[in-house]
Amino acid sequence: METFFVLTHVDENGSALSKASLEAVTAGMKLARQQSAKLTIGILGATSVEAANAAATTVAATGARLLAVSGKAFAQPRYATDAAACEALCRAAQASIVLAPGSSRFVRVAAGVAHRLGGFIDTHITSLSSNDSVDATRWFYRQRVEATISRETRPWFLLLDAGTHAAFAGEPAAAQVEEVDVTLPATRTTVEGLRSPMRDAQTIRPDARLLFVAGAGWTKKQVDGQTHVAEAGELILSFLRLSGASLGSSKSLADQKAEGLGEEQSVLPFLSHMNQIGQTGSTPRHAKGLSTCCHGEEPHVVGWRFIGERRAISLDPNCGWTRGKADVVYIADAFQVMAKINALLEARSA
Amino acid sequence: MAQALQIVVCAGIVPDPLQTLEPVSGPNGPALKNEMVLPAVLDPWAACALYEAAQLAAKNPGSKLWLVSLGPKAKLQQVMMTVGQKAPFELVAIDGPIGGFPDAHATAAALAEAIAALPGLDRERLLFFGGWESATRGAGVTLQLVGERLGITDQFQGVDQITLRDDGSFEVLERVEGGRHQVSVCAGMPAVLGWATGNLAEPRNNPQIGMANMRGILPALQKAKRVELAANGLSYVSVSLPKQQRETRVEKNMTPDEIARELAAWIGAE
Repeated sequence: METFFVLTHVDENGSALSKASLEAVTAGMKLARQQSAKLTIGILGATSVEAANAAATTVAATGARLLAVSGKAFAQPRYATDAAACEALCRAAQASIVLAPGSSRFVRVAAGVAHRLGGFIDTHITSLSSNDSVDATRWFYRQRVEATISRETRPWFLLLDAGTHAAFAGEPAAAQVEEVDVTLPATRTTVEGLRSPMRDAQTIRPDARLLFVAGAGWTKKQVDGQTHVAEAGELILSFLRLSGASLGSSKSLADQKAEGLGEEQSVLPFLSHMNQIGQTGSTPRHAKGLSTCCHGEEPHVVGWRFIGERRAISLDPNCGWTRGKADVVYIADAFQVMAKINALLEARSA
Repeated sequence: MAQALQIVVCAGIVPDPLQTLEPVSGPNGPALKNEMVLPAVLDPWAACALYEAAQLAAKNPGSKLWLVSLGPKAKLQQVMMTVGQKAPFELVAIDGPIGGFPDAHATAAALAEAIAALPGLDRERLLFFGGWESATRGAGVTLQLVGERLGITDQFQGVDQITLRDDGSFEVLERVEGGRHQVSVCAGMPAVLGWATGNLAEPRNNPQIGMANMRGILPALQKAKRVELAANGLSYVSVSLPKQQRETRVEKNMTPDEIARELAAWIGAE
């Protein structure tokens, strides 16, 4: 008989569970219901018992046993303290299967925690199923090969990819949270805060409905025989501002450096490797994706794996990578089309 | 003030990203068709870790850099012919299976054993590098598991930058949600850093470095210890390529105005 434990953490404000955590709660509830098993939810990161109780109200409707580790030392994501807290929570829960969101916070520590408990971990889980055993689906080779796996050994830790489950949305209710004691480990790391690497505006928006992918074609010579990099930058930034889209980039564009500005300066100054999607970048999840001036495999196969509706603007009618990957390919000059889209969106917002 | 560093980089080898991959069933579970003859490269994110490590070592005289790699000897030799020209390092080769399907825990155990046995390694001064995820299994757990086995509890993942300070401490930028970096300061080594892309371009091949490395690479390959990786209860229910093939509508005759109107409506639609 399995027992399930959902490991969660609070968001940056410290008073509510992160969205990814609530998605893990949904997954845990479903599995526990299918197996008629007990569910326990653990909460990490609240600064105080009161804050942990406040965060727990959103999942009280699950009827699960609620555990928490709270205190100022656990408010910031840090390996030593998070690993100690998660270990204590897992030991208190005594679960055979531990689910957790694949957030940067848990990605950092979950494997170490599994090791401390003598358990095993699998990550980037996109779906779970339960019959006689629990099976998990994940991708290998950067979203090229899909596999369903199972493990006999316990405890089994499963980190769930964000966006693969609906966030739990029960009615808030008073919660009875059991505080778990943790022996504070020696800490040599101080978290100083968050830093945005963008110069102008934040162009990575995980919650956006649309992913706009820019390829290296934006910086190539156009029909007049000249490059128009500054114009490309203005068009892209205007589109992001008007549409609220998130910006993705092909590797070839992210790798390009501006001449004369030193190696640190990208040819499009608002672009960094953080925007890169594909084999050596991210595989974001958005409802829609629009790629422009991309001609390679990277954005269309790997970077687009989890994009719902896909459209592309390309000058190459024979681009093999868009065929079969995109729903619609417009054979056109992206400079012209994006300028007109921006005008339409500007008029709409006005 | 420069300080002599001891940097261990773990890096696997992966099929060249432009190769077509086809899963097949092998005697030891799933594998890739013709995996041993597919051109291979050093794992991309681990390669970023190697280049960052090499630059750190170059800036800090007296530093030592090891590259620990697990894979079939023949494939390791092939990849090291190129990688060996990028940065000076001492190779520690472990002869083991290729691919993304073996269990990460078993891989971590083999790597930790090899690192613990490195002659002259001062664990208190160790910077342990690797890619934050591989391009094969992509689990992003091997470094943490090795770190735990080596007793290192200052770990950072998705690292894009490390800045050493004169007092022995260092600042780390780690990728977090929303395209931001978490900034942390660690009091000193040892530490585990799983690298994302970092900030360095791939170094040009340097034949002189290659010649120097080759003197150590070939003996390291010859004495590579053979390891078998335990499954640790992991089993594969199914392994397949995604079957989704979209019916692509190719619009060759629409004007930019028509395309813009259609896309603007599509963007605004729920």
